[in-house]
Amino acid sequence: MSTTTLEFGDTLAKTAEMEEVGEKMVLNIGPSHPSTHGVLRLVLELDGEVITKVDTDVGYLHRGDEKIAENMNWNQFVPYTDRLDYMAPLANNVAYACAVEKLMGFELPPRAKVTRVICCELARISAHLLGLGAFAMDVGAMTMFLYTFTEREKIYNLIELLTGARFTTSFTRVGGQTRDIPPGFLEGVTEFCAQFPGRLDEFGSMLNRNRIFVDRTKDLGIIPDDVALDFGLTGPNLRGSGNPYDVRRAFPYLGYETYDFEVPVGSTGDCYDRFAVRMEEMRQSILILRQAVAKMPGGAWQVHDPKNVLPAKDKVLTKMEELIHQFLVVTQGPDAPVGEVYFGAENPKGELGFYLNSRGGGVPHRLKIRAPSFCNLSILNHLLPGHTVSDVPAILGSFDFVMGECDR
Amino acid sequence: MSMGLEAPIEGSLPGTQALPEFRGETSWEVPKDLIPAQMAALKAKGFTYLVDLTAVDNHGEDPRFEVVYELCDLKRKKHLRIKTKVGEGETLPSVCSIWKTAEWHEREAWDMVGVRFSNHPDLRRILMWEGYPHHPLRKDFPLAGLPTEMPDIAFTAKAPLEGGPFVTNSASLTQDREPRAHPAEERNL
Repeated sequence: MSTTTLEFGDTLAKTAEMEEVGEKMVLNIGPSHPSTHGVLRLVLELDGEVITKVDTDVGYLHRGDEKIAENMNWNQFVPYTDRLDYMAPLANNVAYACAVEKLMGFELPPRAKVTRVICCELARISAHLLGLGAFAMDVGAMTMFLYTFTEREKIYNLIELLTGARFTTSFTRVGGQTRDIPPGFLEGVTEFCAQFPGRLDEFGSMLNRNRIFVDRTKDLGIIPDDVALDFGLTGPNLRGSGNPYDVRRAFPYLGYETYDFEVPVGSTGDCYDRFAVRMEEMRQSILILRQAVAKMPGGAWQVHDPKNVLPAKDKVLTKMEELIHQFLVVTQGPDAPVGEVYFGAENPKGELGFYLNSRGGGVPHRLKIRAPSFCNLSILNHLLPGHTVSDVPAILGSFDFVMGECDR
Repeated sequence: MSMGLEAPIEGSLPGTQALPEFRGETSWEVPKDLIPAQMAALKAKGFTYLVDLTAVDNHGEDPRFEVVYELCDLKRKKHLRIKTKVGEGETLPSVCSIWKTAEWHEREAWDMVGVRFSNHPDLRRILMWEGYPHHPLRKDFPLAGLPTEMPDIAFTAKAPLEGGPFVTNSASLTQDREPRAHPAEERNL
């Protein structure tokens, strides 16, 4: 009896015959597929299980927001900004209002600035929580979604207290907000800040060293930092690749330069780094929230410009002049000067920018929304080839995009 | 916040013109044939991040379109806007080979406003579907839409606010601030 040892060599190596017969298959994912988080469509060309070519098809949620904007006055467009990145409506409201205020040349009073910082950071935590839950669910950790939604619920309660709406907030107006901070709101934020870091540790302990999660995200979908910038990636997707660009730091607005916070960056630019950056950003947002609550100044919460900003309601009901102003501002909107500005804000998904081109009067001549998700998705055609089909949900999940913003 | 570049313009090619500064932002106007050379020079100077690219329809003017590039220098924290004018039926050289992100932005500018780019690797529509005949962000395209081969999808009912008392018209159509409400038939749309 003699034994024979089988020699396989490299089992995964391709032979010359395989290259010849290799038949390509086209696989369509989306536009309605759970892992595409909305209506993204990917047309994949496959060789076996390996992706060889990708065509990313966007536009299924196009509603013509930029066309609509040209037909209404500056304040009337605020509700449409809720529907851009619908995971963080408050942050969109703030970015849009800041852009129009830059065009108008308004300088916000300190109380309005700090209020808006609280809005932005609450929105950031809420959006990252959803992104985290959905990402974990995409790679098999179903329970994370339920944990993160419990925390989002607390943020929704705070947002409801502040704006009167839970989801579509429409909170800002050109020159201020719809109302001042209600009593009990700051206490609510403080309470949330006290308990949230503990919950975040809990989320971390479920994922950071989770074998399945790490195996499915580490060293996957690696984007070098120069490539990320070349494709216009911003937000956690860019910082995951190691580029520290954060609009709050590079071009501070709303007094962000006076807050003490860190900008976390990743080292390899893989899916795990993008996840880790979001986790750390939530901690930094809590730090910013605490500082904002501590420094909340009193005084005016709106710009004083009677012809362009709504007057106080009690004066409208008792004074002639304020009633006229109220009527003018509501029907005609703020009277913007001729000119053009670009304003970018650091939103949860990346840099949300508004390019406003005004020819005077109540409406924009052109309003362009620089949507971070649109730019972030443009790298997929370049990034996905070489990965397997089973990597697609993990990579898409790590990008944390929103189609409402991408398609506008 | 200081976003502007110091005058005089460093690194500009002949033909480049500085536009008046507004709200601390610097804008240059560059002739369209110089765009690839000027953009490559600016990228080499440190403007490694193309923030945005968009097109504006100045209906009734000649040349009709204006393409706007927002550039950013992340190291020196500078912002710069480049503008160029493109006439109807003309093409503008693409900047895809300089910044990859321009590929989708230029597709969007073609889709929405109808500015053609030359040397673009894949100039298809991006938000509207392939075969859609119009460019929706042109000023002569009405808010309610225009009929196409696919009437159910392409054409919507009259916009609910159109012609109503609280609809604000573009200042380029009605130069006076008051009155603001105009019936739809009065406008030349």
